[in-house]
Amino acid sequence: MQEMMKKRAKELLASGEVTRVIGWKKNEFDYDITPAVFTSAEEIDRDFIYDDFCGVNLSKFTFQHQKNDTKTLVFLKPCDSYSMTQLITEHRVDRNALYIIGVPSYGKIDVEKIKADGVTGILSITSEGGDVHVHTLYGDKTYAKYEVTSERCLNCKSKMHPTYDELIGFEGEVMETERFDEVAKLEAMTPEERFEFWRGELSRCIRCNACRNACPACTCETCIFDNNDSGVAQKAAADSFEENMFHIIRAFHVAGRCTDCGECSRVCPQHIPLHLLNRKFISDINKFYGDYQAGAEIGQRAPLVNFTKEDVEPDIVAKGGKA
Amino acid sequence: MSMNEFKPKIVAFCCNWCSYAGADLAGTNRLNYPADVKIIRVPCSCRVNPLFILRAFQRGADGVILCGCHPGDCHYTTGNYYARRRMTLLFSMLDYLGIEKERTRVEWVSAAEGAKFATVMNDFVKTVTELGENKRLEDLRCKK
Repeated sequence: MQEMMKKRAKELLASGEVTRVIGWKKNEFDYDITPAVFTSAEEIDRDFIYDDFCGVNLSKFTFQHQKNDTKTLVFLKPCDSYSMTQLITEHRVDRNALYIIGVPSYGKIDVEKIKADGVTGILSITSEGGDVHVHTLYGDKTYAKYEVTSERCLNCKSKMHPTYDELIGFEGEVMETERFDEVAKLEAMTPEERFEFWRGELSRCIRCNACRNACPACTCETCIFDNNDSGVAQKAAADSFEENMFHIIRAFHVAGRCTDCGECSRVCPQHIPLHLLNRKFISDINKFYGDYQAGAEIGQRAPLVNFTKEDVEPDIVAKGGKA
Repeated sequence: MSMNEFKPKIVAFCCNWCSYAGADLAGTNRLNYPADVKIIRVPCSCRVNPLFILRAFQRGADGVILCGCHPGDCHYTTGNYYARRRMTLLFSMLDYLGIEKERTRVEWVSAAEGAKFATVMNDFVKTVTELGENKRLEDLRCKK
């Protein structure tokens, strides 16, 4: 797969069709992958990588590094493709300045799951077939891949690419998922239990803003959280209120636009399950206003900028929340 | 009245065209509603950002109510339809985080419904008084 992608990228660069390539680059560790811009065949040969650790959603990076005067090649996984479609719908990126190649994703490995198992001193990790071999300073260990696959990939919503110029691999399908099970479990708790659960999770927040910075739906040039007068500006989390408020507002700003790519939870250094907030909004929107998947096609109207005269009244929440 | 009796702080966002006039009518009709309700006039219920609601709680409100024109009667034609969707999702999220769902409410009050305004406010103040102080969504730094 990686070799096919490299070959195609070099062909397109050589033909002059594109002048830049956006893809993944390996850092010091096998599991430490960053997005990068490549401009020459040598760079692609040296650094370009696509493996089971390339979980980074390239749409946000593309949005930040787009140039409208030249054409950029970008590789997108199905998740990234949904985010990109949403960005195109919102006119945040210029579709004509992009050459999109869809690549399949077979589930990405969450290195935190390996670390949580007590593995330290990791030297290298290789993923072959259904096995993941971890080579550490203190010996080797092998996991079955599903044991260390990230939560969002275990609950994959779709293997389909909504937007692409060409595909490497196959055209996948929308999957049946159980991604709302966790939300339903929380909804079934009493308010006291839910409050305790979220205090336990959100009180770990260090306000690093990684969730905002990684989110492909957060594309405002000036963010409300950067406004010193907003009262929710960057500061050490001094109070429980601010943690709640920050996360409610963050989730609300992407409600109806969040494609559920799971980047917020992946980048959180404190492992707060932020996707559960976004999924709550998605499941509410599905329940109250009909099924909606952000980024499924270009030109969709988001549910929060739309209405029908027969919408449910807000007191439905006080009545038990069943549509 | 004892000094320790709990008096809730209620913030009511009222739209300029219907509910604010409704509150006015309640006043000219000499209808009683508790002085705990602090009215903030907004051009339209759609002007109310979810952050406003949270900010009210931050600054010490025990309950927040949003009043607007009846759906279909919005001065700006469709504003309250958007507000309705927004508030439904926000209230659902607050409930999801374990905040008491009775602390927030949306009511549609027209300019002719002075009596309804008074009833709604009496009822809401009663509900929030029974709930007691807002503890789950408070900002200690904003306490005097």
